[in-house]
Amino acid sequence: MLRGPGRVSVETLSRMTGILRHRGPDESGIYIDDRVGLGHARLSIIDLAGGTQPIPNEDESLWIVFNGEIFNYPELRETLVSRGHRFRTLTDTEVILHLYEEKGPACLSELNGQFALAIWDSKAGELFLARDRAGIRPLHSVVTGDRLLFSSEIKSIFQDGGTPRRFDPEGIDQVFTFWTTLPGKTVFDGVRELPPGHFMQVRNGNVHIRRFWDFPFRSPEDQLDWPIGKIVDTASELLLDSTRIRLRADVPVGCYLSGGLDSSIIATLVRRNFQNELRTFGVRFDEERFDEGAHQATMVDHLGVNHSEVRVANREIGKHFPDVVWHCEKPLLRTAPVPMFMLSDTVRRSGYKVVLTGEGADEIFGGYDIFREALLRRFWSRQPDSRLRPLLVGKLYPDIFNDPRLQSMLQSFFRKGFDRHDDPFYSHRLRWENTSRNKMFFSEEMTRATLGRDGLGDLERRLPDDFPGWDPLAKAQYLEMVLFLGNYLLSSQGDRVAMAHSLEIRLPYLDYRLVEFLGKVPAKWKIFGMQEKYLLKIMYKDAVPESVVRRPKHPYRAPILEGLLTGEQEEIRTALSESALRKAGVFDPKRVSRLVEKVKRAGQASEVEGMAIAGIASTQILSRQFVEEFPLTADYPLSPTVFVDRRTNSVGRDTDCSFTNT
Amino acid sequence: MDVLETIKAYVVENFLFGDDSRIDPDIEFLENGILDSTGVLELVGFLEEKFGIRVEDDELVPDNMNSLEKITHYISKKTGKSQPV
Repeated sequence: MLRGPGRVSVETLSRMTGILRHRGPDESGIYIDDRVGLGHARLSIIDLAGGTQPIPNEDESLWIVFNGEIFNYPELRETLVSRGHRFRTLTDTEVILHLYEEKGPACLSELNGQFALAIWDSKAGELFLARDRAGIRPLHSVVTGDRLLFSSEIKSIFQDGGTPRRFDPEGIDQVFTFWTTLPGKTVFDGVRELPPGHFMQVRNGNVHIRRFWDFPFRSPEDQLDWPIGKIVDTASELLLDSTRIRLRADVPVGCYLSGGLDSSIIATLVRRNFQNELRTFGVRFDEERFDEGAHQATMVDHLGVNHSEVRVANREIGKHFPDVVWHCEKPLLRTAPVPMFMLSDTVRRSGYKVVLTGEGADEIFGGYDIFREALLRRFWSRQPDSRLRPLLVGKLYPDIFNDPRLQSMLQSFFRKGFDRHDDPFYSHRLRWENTSRNKMFFSEEMTRATLGRDGLGDLERRLPDDFPGWDPLAKAQYLEMVLFLGNYLLSSQGDRVAMAHSLEIRLPYLDYRLVEFLGKVPAKWKIFGMQEKYLLKIMYKDAVPESVVRRPKHPYRAPILEGLLTGEQEEIRTALSESALRKAGVFDPKRVSRLVEKVKRAGQASEVEGMAIAGIASTQILSRQFVEEFPLTADYPLSPTVFVDRRTNSVGRDTDCSFTNT
Repeated sequence: MDVLETIKAYVVENFLFGDDSRIDPDIEFLENGILDSTGVLELVGFLEEKFGIRVEDDELVPDNMNSLEKITHYISKKTGKSQPV
């Protein structure tokens, strides 16, 4: 592996695994030999009695630790058995191992699921790491000295005291531009995240990272010219099958039900086709402008499901915010992850370990306002002096354009760069520039460290070769999927806040068969005139109540100012204090103090000010939790269910390398 | 303090949180991310109160509001006083 005298003890490996207990509270296991250590914390969902990891192949030369699910595992298993493979368990985990035995990294193209996995080939001396296509499961790694450490979460890697814990200014800068870091990067210096759809091979001290999948879009001439009826039928069959295989579990599976179209469709598919008795769970807000209770109630009545809701009061946003930051491991420009964190707690307490969710539909079917905004600005730019065309932008954002006096100024804002059709970031540049305004709060030191490193050039270099030939919607969808979906939505509003309470989310819309199919569907069927998700709406217009299908899109948001700055939020107040700001060194204390005073005085915050408050508070909390006061010596005891010791002299001996994963 | 300095002090305090290095008389607010829609309304409220004027709907356009220079011209016209820029 990585050459040199690096050593990690069993104790470190245990601590690394122990701190991930929230991801897998049911069992744990450790494998260790002279070169490698693997740790696993298990959330038991399939083969409850026999699935303890790490799991070996027939001759015990390959060992796997795996976090996630392979939904097509029964079919894969059947094929493998017919080819002579012998299985010890009934798990999906073992299926991956035997498939890898046969096909090596090419096995990934056959896996339909959400996964972060590690396979140690003790004969070849090769370690193989891989992450699912969309990035549902996290997987981080760091090379320190002569060792490679990896884990689902960064806090686990930091349990090895030899890994430096400091912010990477470039990573922070990216969050304050894109809402997240670019794929592969984190906000911590030296800590890498394996990008979605990639695998890593480590052998003889060399690390190779390769892509095995990317979001597939086609140029218009290569898209399907099928009649809409055939597109509807195919997409409906794919989503139904995707939902069906995501119900595979040896524990009961529930559904999130927000009252929005996407989760309503999933709950409908489950209730009508697979489960007569369905448990659903939804978030309610005390504040009316965030609440979707009426639509939730419509769906609950319509489906006759057993529904539970968690009510979110403003004060609870601030109360849970530090815990959420601890789990998300990155600055948050919104508080929207907090209610999802509270919801997963309710679900778990109700006895459920698995839920289906509606995430991913907006990305693949074209649901976000930013997609329509880009199309409208392009339409407007073809007749720049039209009086009617800019009014469509106002129709898109009625909340912003609610004061008729502002029409002219707002139109001027949305007009900016509207004729630069060749800009690869046409759809997102306004948003990123708007978010970047928050950098005015950076300290001088931080501003200096990030000068000229805004990530845009890096992002442009990563775009697929045929990107310039895609239609405008496909370009916007790709950017949204690679950045916001992979690194924020599936993480901070997805896996991290669900796994915080040992809950697994499953996402039918992100089945790669459906994603690949929709990559071939022409833009006109996704956004038809001004109607977003047109195809999805006609697919389910008869199955879901009309009021839910026709309701205007309601972006899921949560209070920021009221949640973080009002009431007694001691921890947040401390995080925003001058001394804490000076200690972390990321922000200018005087400017932050002026911001806080201003929004408190006004009792309201603009869009950018809200992002700034959340972003600064979460960065400060992250600095305290991970950089300044990391619980290296905290009590994370582990009594592994399985302990496989393959060291040649195991008495008091340490290993050269340590690898852990859940 | 003349009109331009008065408006500049307000903008620096309320929208740039004390950072006066990013603003010149001809820097355009919208293009440089100094104001957003909430900010425009705050600014109008300030101008109306401070200079005793009423900003009519059809006057709320970038030509009048998008830089310190433009606002100063606008205020001069409204109050009938010539202001150095």
